[in-house]
Amino acid sequence: MSDGKLVGIVLVSHSATVAASVAELAQGLAGAGTAVPVAPAGGTESGDFGTSAELIAAAAASVDRGAGVAVLTDLGSAVLTVKALLAEGDELPEHTRLVDAPFVEGAVAAVVTASTGADLAAVEAAASEAYAYRKV
Amino acid sequence: MLDADFFIRWMTVTAASVDREAERLTALDSPIGDADHGTNLQRGFRAVRDALEKEPPATPGAVLTQAGRLLISTVGGASGPLYGTLLRRTGKALGDAAEVDERQLAEALRAGVDAVMQLGGAAPGDKTMIDALVPAVDALGDSFAAARAAAEEGAVATTPLRARKGRASYLGERSVGHQDPGATSAALLIAGLVDASADGEAGSE
Repeated sequence: MSDGKLVGIVLVSHSATVAASVAELAQGLAGAGTAVPVAPAGGTESGDFGTSAELIAAAAASVDRGAGVAVLTDLGSAVLTVKALLAEGDELPEHTRLVDAPFVEGAVAAVVTASTGADLAAVEAAASEAYAYRKV
Repeated sequence: MLDADFFIRWMTVTAASVDREAERLTALDSPIGDADHGTNLQRGFRAVRDALEKEPPATPGAVLTQAGRLLISTVGGASGPLYGTLLRRTGKALGDAAEVDERQLAEALRAGVDAVMQLGGAAPGDKTMIDALVPAVDALGDSFAAARAAAEEGAVATTPLRARKGRASYLGERSVGHQDPGATSAALLIAGLVDASADGEAGSE
């Protein structure tokens, strides 16, 4: 637990629609009344497919409640841009982590876990565990 | 010795060659990538050129760290964080000296290339920008011209390779027979070193 502050979640996709929809899905499955701050950062600033460092930084700042920020990404430039921003040191809130997890399943696990007041490590672990769920 | 002006020229001539070659880079990126490499890099290097023109940094290291930062924030595709990391890490390795020599640049650029390999998880032979950058850095000890030739050869040599990184890797065998756009743009960056020397004062190389 972290003093009642909830971990923030950022969802980075190449598509604004995908990021927004996964955010909506994860919040919906987390149950009514959840206060987990979730922000999508999808596509580029001009609305194209791609990744925007500015949108990611703004989303992370908007969900930071002091308990850390878990960032989930889809692929390619989304992963590389978050890693590069983390390497910058001052572009993302303190205690921001790129979480190694499948995008949709990981987002649901992260938001549900964060809604219980779990800390960043627990949110990260829950999201990563989504890889272990075999479908066949 | 190479001063901040040399590094500003390097970035400016690279921005010009990316402008000139943008359509070709995007054409190379259409069969195996998502057909935006030229336009993405063009947007990034134009932002770099404009920022350096407006407020020129005082040291070689500051020129490259600022350029790298701008590429990360403006490119929009994987080449942004990759080129951004290359230039930032090279700039950081140069420190805050007012002038550096060719050997220091070669060492710093090697640190930058290592950082890119770590970020993207790519090795030589994966059909990426690394295939131009590694031979270029190896040849940089001889001369800028040797580095340019090595980068161009490295880029051409990606044609028969099968991609193991990025979107092209999903295509498997179908990625064979196409020159890698990232290795091609990396060769433009290295070629910029020669142009920056030729444009500058005699004896800077």
